[in-house]
Amino acid sequence: MSPKHSKKSDVSPILTLIYDKTFRSVVYQILVFGGVFLLGWYLVSNTMANLEAQDIATGFGFLEREAAFGISESIIAYSPASSYGQALLVGITNTLKVASIGIVLATILGTIIGIATVSKNWLLRFMGVTYIETFRNIPVLLQLIFWYALINRGLPNIRSALNPIEGVFLSNRGLYIPVMADHPAWSWVGAGFIVGIIGAIALRKWSLKRLEATGHIFPHLSVGLGIIVVVPFLVWLVFGAPMELNVPAIQGFNFQGGARMSPEFTALLLGLTLYTTTYIAEVVRSGIQSVPYGQTEAATSLGLRSTWIMRLIVLPQALRVIIPPLTNQYLNLTKNSSLAVAIGYPDLVSVSNTTMNQTGQAVEGVAIFMTVYLSISLLVSFFMNWYNKRMSLVER
Amino acid sequence: MLKKLTSTSAVAALSLSVLAAGVQAGETVDAVMDKGYVQCGVNTSLAGFSNATGGEWAGLDVDVCRAVAAAMLGDSEAVRFTALTANQRFTALQSGEVDILSRNTTWTLTRDTSLGLNFAGVNYYDGQGFMVRKDLGVSSALELSGAAICVEPGTTTELNLADYFRAKGMDFEPVVIENTSEVTAAFFAGRCDVYTTDASGLASARNVSAENPADYIILPEIISKEPLGPAVRHGDDEFMDIVRWTLNAMIEAEEYGVTSSNVDEMRDTSTNPGIQRLLGATPGLGEALGLEEDWAYNIIDQVGNYGESYQTNVTELLGLERGINALWTDGGLMYAQPVR
Repeated sequence: MSPKHSKKSDVSPILTLIYDKTFRSVVYQILVFGGVFLLGWYLVSNTMANLEAQDIATGFGFLEREAAFGISESIIAYSPASSYGQALLVGITNTLKVASIGIVLATILGTIIGIATVSKNWLLRFMGVTYIETFRNIPVLLQLIFWYALINRGLPNIRSALNPIEGVFLSNRGLYIPVMADHPAWSWVGAGFIVGIIGAIALRKWSLKRLEATGHIFPHLSVGLGIIVVVPFLVWLVFGAPMELNVPAIQGFNFQGGARMSPEFTALLLGLTLYTTTYIAEVVRSGIQSVPYGQTEAATSLGLRSTWIMRLIVLPQALRVIIPPLTNQYLNLTKNSSLAVAIGYPDLVSVSNTTMNQTGQAVEGVAIFMTVYLSISLLVSFFMNWYNKRMSLVER
Repeated sequence: MLKKLTSTSAVAALSLSVLAAGVQAGETVDAVMDKGYVQCGVNTSLAGFSNATGGEWAGLDVDVCRAVAAAMLGDSEAVRFTALTANQRFTALQSGEVDILSRNTTWTLTRDTSLGLNFAGVNYYDGQGFMVRKDLGVSSALELSGAAICVEPGTTTELNLADYFRAKGMDFEPVVIENTSEVTAAFFAGRCDVYTTDASGLASARNVSAENPADYIILPEIISKEPLGPAVRHGDDEFMDIVRWTLNAMIEAEEYGVTSSNVDEMRDTSTNPGIQRLLGATPGLGEALGLEEDWAYNIIDQVGNYGESYQTNVTELLGLERGINALWTDGGLMYAQPVR
């Protein structure tokens, strides 16, 4: 080693470090992370100090205390004697209930209307576009208030409830319908339904394998649906075909028995579904239009039937375009459900608001509902990303 | 409707402001003096207590704010009002968005302690009642099992309701809507069989919002004690004192028979040492509060005494007599701590 060389290496370590890309990026990342951490620490400690200065209670101990307020509808057990934690859980399940039903309905409706807007029939196209432009351009909160007011003021009061079909009652207290009376058979029918679904999936696998091996086509879709219907039906027959109904009847102030959809839930579901449907319809339309017409022509020239062209050629390619924006719409619907607070549906935000007000612990309350919405949204995205990956074109 | 739109985001924003802003602990008085007005949280719409008619806020609760402004700034118009729903009110006060909360708010232990508030006194003694349509044929709250009941969330009313039905072993379906005017609208539309709130609120809804007040009856049961009063946040005892003694001065003025029409004459000619002290003819009380000596004079001159405020806002508008809100000398509960 020459002295010159060793002298150069004396100077260079700092310079090399400064000019080293990896080193620089590590330093920047540490700085950014440190900055974010300090900011977070400042906010948290400042909040704690402020809350303490005003003697406002802090911590999550309140979750165990008795809530002492009533909630109008719940799919899990709840009474005013339950804890605040249980009340928030009621809110979460109510949010999930309206969001999941809304997502299913909006997807079905959105697909139908989306296809209508690319139809060759002028009237269908016109109706689809009119629907989309109307409902998409009115704020969803106003739509909710409109539906709620319509149900409250448009429908008769409970004593003169509409009774279109025997046992079905419609009034400004909601929709009451008869349901099957309790019978042990029904849980077995449910089990039969699940068995049917598993059977249908197995059938699909078998038929695809046979198709690849022999080229013979088996109608797995219709036979599979048949299995899903027939298995529970047979179970029902085996249990002696119970037919007893639980019919709603007016008793005191309200109907007792049957199943009920409250005006608040109905208005919220209607508003969210009709609003989100418009976006989903647009997503579906753009997906279908993204598949070049040449694909259809090519498939036709191969002699494929038109239903097969849709199922095997157009839809798989359209889905690639449809799924990512569809995920956004699912997330929007879930988040928009928090507008329920305006019409009194006891969703998570509504219950949290009450809890915050009774306990005074707004920071904790907001933290809880932000965490819950974040988790729900992340779960939906994870699922949709997984589905998207499955649906994306396999590059060969 | 705009209120609705912002109600949820307001709660979030308010808690954010607790996160970020420093608290004005001990500085509310200075802040009010500096900005030149009192920021007052009131009900969105409750005729008789706080209601904006023709752009002008009026009511028993509104008068408390005006009186505080008159005492501190010499001008009862130096008030800015923030209309709050029951759910928003405490966060608004805690975060410093309003200086006083004068919104028919019940004084309870939890609110006084773990919410970080101080109640300055009681300006209306109330109790919770039930209102139903006459044609339901109900004559007692004990017949209400299974009823759908309209109630505002985040109130003591909501808790008393659940307690009462639990104690009597009855069921009910709560219909919980945040905005006072929306919840009464839902009741009048028939969404609920029953509307429950403080008896004064029921009278207000029936007399002012109902199409035909005679169609509704208020049931005889009063199921709770609801002492309503103005609240301030912890941390500024001086401000708390000012609000408390403003209220006392209004009541004491009624005890002495000092009204807005005779207050000048009383100050100049009265030989009663109590009246002279109250109105600042004999100085001392203003200085003790850190205010001008004419603080109470301004209150009576510009707003009136408690009885006048009650007469204009409650008796004339809602048809409610003084009842337990009469002066103690008339057998009621209104009793001013000695202003001396």
